[in-house]
Amino acid sequence: MSSIVSRGSSTTVQGRGEGPLRARCEVLAYRKLGGYHSLTFVAPEMAERAQPGQFVAVAVEAREATLRRPFSIYSVSQHGPWAGTVEIIFDVVGPGTRWLATRSKHHVVDLVGPLGKPFPLPAQPVSCLLVGGGYGAAPLLYLAQALAQQSLRVDMLLGAATQERIFNAIEAKRLSASAQFTTEDGSLGVEGVVTDVMPRMIEAAGTGVIYACGPMAMLAAVSAAAKELDVPCQVAVEEEMACGTGVCWTCVLPYRRKDGVVNLRACTDGPVFNGARVAWSAVGTSAMANAEDGRGRGRRGGRAEPAP
Amino acid sequence: MTDATRSDSRRGGGSEIDPADVDLRVALGDKLALRNPIVTGSGTFASGQEVDRFFDVRRLGAVVVKSVTVEPRRGLPTPRMAETAAGMLNAIGLQNPGIDAWLAHDLPWLNSHRVPTIVSIAGNTTAEYRHLAERLRDAPGVVAIEANISCPNVDDRDIVFACREEATHEAITQVARVSSVPVFAKLTPDVTDISLIAGAAHEAGATGVSVINTLLGMAIDTETRRPKLAAITGGLSGPAIKPIAVRAVHQIHEAHPQLPIIGMGGVRSVEDVVELVLAGASAVAVGTATFTNPLAALEILEGLPSWLAEHGYATLRQLRGAWRR
Ligand SMILES: Cc1cc2nc3c(=O)[nH]c(=O)nc-3n(C[C@H](O)[C@H](O)[C@H](O)COP(=O)(O)OP(=O)(O)OC[C@H]3O[C@@H](n4cnc5c(N)ncnc54)[C@H](O)[C@@H]3O)c2cc1C
Ligand SMILES: Cc1cc2nc3c(=O)[nH]c(=O)nc-3n(C[C@H](O)[C@H](O)[C@H](O)COP(=O)(O)O)c2cc1C
Ligand code: FES
Repeated sequence: MSSIVSRGSSTTVQGRGEGPLRARCEVLAYRKLGGYHSLTFVAPEMAERAQPGQFVAVAVEAREATLRRPFSIYSVSQHGPWAGTVEIIFDVVGPGTRWLATRSKHHVVDLVGPLGKPFPLPAQPVSCLLVGGGYGAAPLLYLAQALAQQSLRVDMLLGAATQERIFNAIEAKRLSASAQFTTEDGSLGVEGVVTDVMPRMIEAAGTGVIYACGPMAMLAAVSAAAKELDVPCQVAVEEEMACGTGVCWTCVLPYRRKDGVVNLRACTDGPVFNGARVAWSAVGTSAMANAEDGRGRGRRGGRAEPAP
Repeated sequence: MTDATRSDSRRGGGSEIDPADVDLRVALGDKLALRNPIVTGSGTFASGQEVDRFFDVRRLGAVVVKSVTVEPRRGLPTPRMAETAAGMLNAIGLQNPGIDAWLAHDLPWLNSHRVPTIVSIAGNTTAEYRHLAERLRDAPGVVAIEANISCPNVDDRDIVFACREEATHEAITQVARVSSVPVFAKLTPDVTDISLIAGAAHEAGATGVSVINTLLGMAIDTETRRPKLAAITGGLSGPAIKPIAVRAVHQIHEAHPQLPIIGMGGVRSVEDVVELVLAGASAVAVGTATFTNPLAALEILEGLPSWLAEHGYATLRQLRGAWRR
């Protein structure tokens, strides 16, 4: 039988083995966090399985919407009175996220997760630089905790258009040996974009690996800079996802392999990829569109985040 | 609908049926029997492995795999999808590893999990369809071939095979001639009279038809004035197209009452399955609903016996084409 009934809550959890689950989860808390929104779900089985870099696919009951919306896992707790929770951070950009922002305590939301491959943790004791754009900081703060547990040095570099769009600067400072911020309008930290500051930080921290998450155009620029400086770079990408579970092939990312460029699924082969291998110039047009003409909202590149 | 089925059930002798006794087996022609009528829509279930993480896919009547081509295909650039009102557009471009790699890597998994497999094949030319059918001859565990002929024919100005009776006849003849298993022709609803195309497929040796494939659509972002799909146009699927699926199944069943039909298009509930069966389908595929809920096909399958028992039916087959005027 494929269903198990979870302890404590009335939630039905469906799945088998160690993989992703589908569960109807009660909202434990809704919060505003700076310019972003946060939802914490009671999801003990997902919390147990989740790793930094993975995401959940959320069923939204927005008018006429049929597809789930993917969100990076920001934090999990496996203990406490609720036996296990999963938290996501989101920006309101359309009907799905608008609906999500109306959820509050005791509402029930249908989640599938944890999905995707997590950030690979370093095999060697290296110093890690985490580079985030906008809400892309969320999964990196989760990662920072895991790296700290391995007693690795973590430095944080967060960029956004304005101070309001920098996600959780306080937490970034708390979890890192050093934290720097860039904003396009100079309202926080250095006026500019993350790649303006990155080389100096790498030199100062003796960075051995970079982890990045943010707009696609930012990830392309960070990957290029990392390559130049010969530092390995793992990026967590966003592509439009119809299924999130690996069956539809809508979410592909062009990736260089020995035998040429292949289209890998961001949802199951990723969302974390080796940035040096992503064929950035072949990445879909609208993902990068914002960098080009600044007009379209497009995908995450269309946010008010820097697109160097 | 409910009233109609209720009074039918009275005729059937009351509703003293135990869901456990409901017989879900269906026959699609003489050579293909499925343990239950729920299958998957090609391209919405990959080759089964991913969904098997959520439930044992062996429980389905069959898994219809993503269309396979002769050569590997990289597919189209992104964005490959756009959500639309109660549906979605997709333009994947048949990304797949090619028949050789599929036989080497995907079929063994299906075999080792003993999943009844229907292989969807797609070609650019009649010769490619024939080649694919040859490669699948005697492939283990393959219970049928679904020839996805909703593809452009490069030998005929890129006109979709299933838009013309002659091209349908030619492609299906080649596949049916060499295939060792029943052949189903997967048809597009973007035609004037789909029952004529179904007739041509049947005459060419198809055991049955699978309907409907997606409808060609387009969406434009009003802010950027750009199409939402990189390929500009793409296939519409999901609940939005269900009435078209019901209509297509109905038209084919009226014209060819004996022809087995695998019905699909926007199915997401037990009632949707029953509706397509009433219109004339023998089996039903769950497609886009799997994106919304990876367990959709299983949940529908599990819901069928109690729906049928509650309505006084001991089988689903007895409802085939049983809509009332
Ligand atoms: C792996 C992954 C992780 C993500 N993590 C976060 C996160 O932590 N916080 C956050 O705020 N957002 C995140 N996103 C983006 C988020 O999924 C979209 O903002 C959301 O789907 C928008 O839905 P909507 O209905 O409000 O907007 P609409 O624009 O109306 O959505 C229409 C369609 O486009 C898709 N879409 C729109 N924007 C994006 C996007 N940027 N990326 C992918 N698909 C998109 C939607 O899923 C939907 O199918 C992530 C995306 C991916 C792929
Ligand atoms: C993303 C996607 C990919 C598809 N790929 C194929 C395919 O490779 N071959 C095929 O015959 N049909 C393909 N289809 C069509 C489906 O099998 C089905 O006919 C159609 O989507 C209607 O059913 P639905 O509304 O339940 O999805 C695809 C549909 C979608 C949404
Ligand atoms: S979103 Fe369907 S394969 Fe990735």
